[in-house]
Amino acid sequence: MATSAAKLLPKEEFILPGTRSCAACGLMLTYRHALKALNPGKTIVAVPASCMTVLHGVYPITPVKVICINNPFGATGAAASGIAAGLKALGHDDYTVLAFAGDGGTYDIGIQALSGALERGANFLYICYDNEGYMNTGTQRSSASPAGAITSTTPILAKLQHKKNMIGIIEAHRIPYIATASPAFPLDLFDKVRTAKSVHGSRYMEVHAPCPPGWGFPNKDLIKMGKLAIDSGIHVLYEIKDGVFKLTSRSLNLAEKGRKKSIAEYVKGQTRFRKINQDQIDYLQHFVDERWSEFVQRHHRTD
Amino acid sequence: MSDVRIITANSAAALAAKLCRVQVVSAYPITPQTPVTEELAELVESGELKAEYLTVESEHSAMASVVAASQVGARVFTASSANGLLYMHEMLHWAAGSRTPVVMACVNRGVGAPWTILNDQQDSISQRDTGWIQLYCKNSQEVIDSIIQAYKIAEQVNIPVMVCYDGFILSHTTTPVEIPSQQLVDSYLPPRPPVIGISEYTHMNVNPLILSDPRPDVDGKMAPGYMDIRYRLQQDLLSCLDVIKLADRDFHELFGRTCGGVCWGYKMTDAAHAIVSFGSLASECTLAADLLRQRGLRVGVLGVRSYRPFPKDDLVKALEAVETVTIFEKDVSYGYEGALAMDLKSALYESANHPRFSSYVAGLGGRDVLPETLADEAYRAITGEVKHAWINIKN
Repeated sequence: MATSAAKLLPKEEFILPGTRSCAACGLMLTYRHALKALNPGKTIVAVPASCMTVLHGVYPITPVKVICINNPFGATGAAASGIAAGLKALGHDDYTVLAFAGDGGTYDIGIQALSGALERGANFLYICYDNEGYMNTGTQRSSASPAGAITSTTPILAKLQHKKNMIGIIEAHRIPYIATASPAFPLDLFDKVRTAKSVHGSRYMEVHAPCPPGWGFPNKDLIKMGKLAIDSGIHVLYEIKDGVFKLTSRSLNLAEKGRKKSIAEYVKGQTRFRKINQDQIDYLQHFVDERWSEFVQRHHRTD
Repeated sequence: MSDVRIITANSAAALAAKLCRVQVVSAYPITPQTPVTEELAELVESGELKAEYLTVESEHSAMASVVAASQVGARVFTASSANGLLYMHEMLHWAAGSRTPVVMACVNRGVGAPWTILNDQQDSISQRDTGWIQLYCKNSQEVIDSIIQAYKIAEQVNIPVMVCYDGFILSHTTTPVEIPSQQLVDSYLPPRPPVIGISEYTHMNVNPLILSDPRPDVDGKMAPGYMDIRYRLQQDLLSCLDVIKLADRDFHELFGRTCGGVCWGYKMTDAAHAIVSFGSLASECTLAADLLRQRGLRVGVLGVRSYRPFPKDDLVKALEAVETVTIFEKDVSYGYEGALAMDLKSALYESANHPRFSSYVAGLGGRDVLPETLADEAYRAITGEVKHAWINIKN
């Protein structure tokens, strides 16, 4: 049963006031709802050097009520599978291992360790919070940055290449559960983490995590920007359970009632797209439209 | 009843891991380490060893996964060589900084480029500053005995141990090895104590960002800064020379064999001239010492077993009466000399005795080293000019 109202979410907070994250951090909101969906008392989190290191605080104080093991940047997939193996060897079968890494730590430096772990069927939930760049080091380009975005390593021409199709790569591993989510749709996010928790083996979720300083929009627009991403189809909410693809939540509504927002509307509120021209917007719109119709077809194919 | 088998050092390493009841094994194949991983895989798949076995996609992941498994309390094992070991480099620092009692077999092999699969010790020597304990084995018996001792040491001081032995010379050569009984190993090495903190509703941030200066925790108690934590690692490494000696002494009491503690001597009692080396080369140096004694020189061999921590005082004491020191080693710090030569010279600087000191780099990339060659070079070093050179250069 899908969670129908925010008031039905667990009241307990596992991220206490005093984190070192930026105001209106998309990944922190993601983490907040993910922890509510898990049982943090029986969860061990593996994180790479990233914004998550910052969020978890500076020794000896942490604002997060969970066991978190920090790892070198490229090691998250391997470390999480090592934690899972260690817990299994010691008979702790009731723990959930949560790997929580950004797009740099997933799409780029972490892809080898992640692919290896997924191929082995390592028993963990891997959540990639995708803020579309190396935000912790100052907004450098990653392979998850969208075409047309100015980053600190694409400062003049903007990024010329499309975002990597990471979910396509993850799907090729034939793992039992894959889902996308957004902190702007917390109930959908919560339900998907719950579902993922109940599945044994490798599970992967990708959460589109808006980043006010990295993308260039006001803090107050975090949720608005998250919603715009879904409404424009640049990020799509779905899950793939045992190979069966289903649109969910807002994306399902959009498929049923028609899409409302354009890419032009999505990019205009973000200063990272300040140099984007009409041709580039058309290029991006075309890419998003094609992918959207594939998703809708795929949703109906497995009806 | 002793159980003596004719096996390779690689088999000895796999058997040692089994006897230590390791709980998580993670490894990536590389020559000449591969038989260790294959034999452990067979032990796990057949059910003889109850352990999780991770067939990871790289050495970086091998070390990352055993460190993580160790952090939640498992006894872990991995093995590597040469470029595989170098690929772990970041994780080697991480393992020591995390204070995880990881034990690894390093089957020594020369480092590319150009490619060689044959033996020297450039791989592990290149890792000497990672904060690991490094023990060098002179034969296959020491491989099995040192791995068992390594868990005893590592779990006492929470510092990882690299047990190094020479590729092919030991790894693929069968020799008689006495296999300790499971019962005796169990009495020597109890199960790893539970890790404090990994329990329900504890909140820990393991290996977080840390500042340079101490900082108060929630109760106002000062917690160390980065440098203070690193200083503890250094202090614990230095003081664990005694732990290594004690682990070997306890082992000797139970099993009747010793690896010499931190270093071992051969005919050193009356020696006027010392050859110093480590690994199987040190064992070969004993043959050279015998040849030199036939030529009327009182020569002994000092074998370094613990390279890190470096047993400075023990070595200086062992060399206090000698007139010359000749070093042979299969590694070099490019642009200067062999690593052991540099370390030992610096140790002797503070000693009252300053023997004449020569050092030789030998046997890189599997180039054969004969006892006669060692004896001839040592003879020249003892009777002639002090030299720092490479031997057996052919072209």
